Amino acid sequence: MKILVCISNVPDTTSKINFTEGDTKFDTSGIQFVINPNDEFGLTRAMWFKEKQGATVHVASVGEASTEPTIRKALAIGADEAIRVDATPTDGFFVARQLADIVKKGEYDLVIAGRESIDYNGGMVPGIMAALLDMNFVNTCINLEVDGNNATAIREIDGGKEKVSTSLPLIIGGQKGLVEESDLRIPNMRGIMMARQKKLNVVDPVDATAATEEVRFEKPAPKGEVKLVDADNVGELVELLHNEAKVI
Amino acid sequence: MSILVYTESEQGKFKKHALEAASYAYAVAQQLGTTVTAISFNNEENDVLGTYGVSKVLQVSDDNLKTFNAKAYAQAVSQAASKEDARVIVLSSSTDSKYMAGLLAGMLKASYAPNVVAAPESTDPLVVKRTAFSNKGFALTKLEADTSIIGVSNNAFGLKENPTDATVEAFTPELKDGAFGVKSVEVDKVVGKATIADAEIVVSAGRGMKGPENWGMIEELADVLGAATACSKPVSDLGWRPHGEHVGQTGKPVASNLYIAIGISGAIQHLAGVSASKTKVVINNDPEAPFFKAADYGIVGDAFEVVPKLIEKLKEFKAQNA
Repeated sequence: MKILVCISNVPDTTSKINFTEGDTKFDTSGIQFVINPNDEFGLTRAMWFKEKQGATVHVASVGEASTEPTIRKALAIGADEAIRVDATPTDGFFVARQLADIVKKGEYDLVIAGRESIDYNGGMVPGIMAALLDMNFVNTCINLEVDGNNATAIREIDGGKEKVSTSLPLIIGGQKGLVEESDLRIPNMRGIMMARQKKLNVVDPVDATAATEEVRFEKPAPKGEVKLVDADNVGELVELLHNEAKVI
Repeated sequence: MSILVYTESEQGKFKKHALEAASYAYAVAQQLGTTVTAISFNNEENDVLGTYGVSKVLQVSDDNLKTFNAKAYAQAVSQAASKEDARVIVLSSSTDSKYMAGLLAGMLKASYAPNVVAAPESTDPLVVKRTAFSNKGFALTKLEADTSIIGVSNNAFGLKENPTDATVEAFTPELKDGAFGVKSVEVDKVVGKATIADAEIVVSAGRGMKGPENWGMIEELADVLGAATACSKPVSDLGWRPHGEHVGQTGKPVASNLYIAIGISGAIQHLAGVSASKTKVVINNDPEAPFFKAADYGIVGDAFEVVPKLIEKLKEFKAQNA
């Protein structure tokens, strides 16, 4: 089985978000970039397929050379090979077009992407890829088993879960549940050393235009002061929620 | 041309977020001087759609589409869009709608903006405001393709009544080979209980509850309020509560009217995920907990004493206001 894990390079979850150039750009100064958490759960599940079912695991990412440390981390975790499409990831449509091209050329059986990236929250890349390639697609995937050409997946739905059966070639939009938080791997020294020897192929983008453009950013309005209620006077809270906030 | 809205339903009833999407579609139609067409699946409640401004309903009745299937539904919506010459398609931010939206964007080579919180800022070009950076900011997104898909954030634009006479037309999509390449085997879903996605009120608890055995009072509080229960990331990582309850940046987003956080300190990732909620209440014994800076109302106190008192007061309140 040949697996491609799609990686997005995103600000660490603890990052404070600021904008620059007249609120038209995300301010990357002082930001630490990481593998998108939803992608990391998928990468870790791919490692399981590699170790238990002999799968080959490649990772792909669309981004400038500055994203290579994040890609190297995926190699240090255990991916066999990496591909970087040398382009600015302008929007979800553009990124999906690039990744779809890699999937097609590489004849991958299983493509694991994250449900969404935690920066632009588009949540569209795996779905667009599936439509462009006419592959089966399961989103918000929290469990995946592959047996030969058949796959069984569980996806999270509002208020519960759904078990689905499908077949390869398959694209999933993964998230926590594919593996547990405690299964995530911190690269060890040997992994980091080995990652330096692994192939990181840099390819040119295919001709594609973005379908959207972020014209401006805004920060949420600052929050007013919290109104404190005495622990011995809980009734006052009920009153405030009813008369002031009007939510009960 | 008209505006097409996908109106999601469950067991023959439209979801609240579907009616919000219809309300939004009506606002866009007003701006563009056109009308709203809805596509519904196995649902007969067409009058309800009229209430929210829908002029025409394309009604799909097909037993094969009783259970949601993203690809088959996306094919149907895409065919409805070409039939109606719709250049703007509106849908909600439910898990199923988001699942379908990516496929639809790929099929139609469309621009797609999810998590949209307000009516378009402009229509030429089409620019919408949406949440980004996991609710730590907003993006004004320009939709540039011939067809645009707008995913409306739940509980942001709101329900708006615009009574309209809706005509109904049966619509039979031509489902292509492979539409059912993913088959539903089993749906495991709590019926009759509010879910985090569509609850007006969410009661959430964290590690301050000390152990899963203490969740009885959280569930009771949620019951009294008709609320959904949720939890912080550490609680789901520890296995105290199911993953589906984890809210925050890597969990589910919350956009309820009221969010009550009990024993949750308020890490930046948690606050991001719940910040779209309109009113936030925090109960925590640590006055320095970061959540107090992000909340509207707070009680500094021991959850094990405060929560039972709150349940009692809410019961009294409900009895008086029944």
